Amino acid sequence: MPSPGRDMAKYGGNTSCVQVEHEDTCLILDGGSGIQELGNSLDPDTPVINLVLTHLHLDHIMGLGYFKPFYNPKCTVNIWGPRGSNESLVERLRRYFSPPFFPVRLKELPAKINIFEIDNSAFEISSLRIQSEYICHPGPTVGYRVECDASVLCYLPDHEPALGSSDFPHSTEWCSGFNIAQNADLLLHDGQYSQKGYERKVGWGHSSMEDAIDFAQLSRVKRMLIFHHDPLHSDETLERLFEKSASNKEFDFKLALARENDSFVLG
Amino acid sequence: MSSREIEVILSRQWADSLSTAVFIVDPEGNLIFYNEHAEALLGLRYEETGVMPVSEWSSIFTPKDDEGNILPAEKLPLVVTLTDRRPAHGEFWIRNLKGTDYKISVTSFPIMGKPDRFLGGIAIFWKKKAK
Repeated sequence: MPSPGRDMAKYGGNTSCVQVEHEDTCLILDGGSGIQELGNSLDPDTPVINLVLTHLHLDHIMGLGYFKPFYNPKCTVNIWGPRGSNESLVERLRRYFSPPFFPVRLKELPAKINIFEIDNSAFEISSLRIQSEYICHPGPTVGYRVECDASVLCYLPDHEPALGSSDFPHSTEWCSGFNIAQNADLLLHDGQYSQKGYERKVGWGHSSMEDAIDFAQLSRVKRMLIFHHDPLHSDETLERLFEKSASNKEFDFKLALARENDSFVLG
Repeated sequence: MSSREIEVILSRQWADSLSTAVFIVDPEGNLIFYNEHAEALLGLRYEETGVMPVSEWSSIFTPKDDEGNILPAEKLPLVVTLTDRRPAHGEFWIRNLKGTDYKISVTSFPIMGKPDRFLGGIAIFWKKKAK
């Protein structure tokens, strides 16, 4: 859920949306409520926008209807995402873009829209090499590894690696997400809960901050931003949990809480 | 080492939480995990054996029918599942590594990941009686 308000002003209250820019390529990771502001800030003459979805839980697609480029007939929007067990990706997206959830239907959007289904896939968008892999989260959910030249970004906004591994965080073989996170320059990873909070929500598909730190250490990343904050956590609560979680762990990478409009240059 | 497919990782998690003996094999038939209850039944420890090829696990327990005839690997439910990618069931005798004979009931089924990826098989064992 988006959580606007004074108490969330520092880290932001929008749901998941991240932009990757490289030369003329525009890649967007997820279409949460943050995509509305992003759409407003893009050059209106951007001819092609590439949007990859990790999954179709509402907090990752709720901003799509308010994404300005969808209403620009000169714009092409390419969308990648996982299909359901019994429904194609386009059928699943149509459920959002239809009454009573949204007044405009998918086929009525003026932009040219191309939809591509992925699973454990590798594909390219211009010079970006992208790898998707199913990860531990309820429903069909993938994480993404984006490589460009020698730089690697990994995006795992909803991920519970501790669930599937009996000896987490010691085995790479039995750890969800490791293949796409290993040696990343920047990892954006779920850290929604405190350790105590996680213990009451095992199996919900999210991580404690401490487990996120362990996962990043196992994956030998260079930097991690803890992402997908609990919408009920104020800035003050986030910082308190972060300090406590980080102080309990040994790690050798840069670590911070993700903040809305953070910007990083890789490579 | 690369991580396994999420469907296999979660299968192990599920197997670990059961009080029923479970085997998990990859598409090539390698035994990649068995849980504590399988350890007790078979007299093996996963931590000690690690991964076992199909040629080893299908014969190490000398599976036999009620008449004492040794069952060929292709008659074992889990091998049927791997070969035909379908559920299978069977009852037969095994001798565990401690020398105890058990009659077991085995049900196996394929692990099919999204979308239609064959990722191996799972066998669940029930101990019916001991000699």
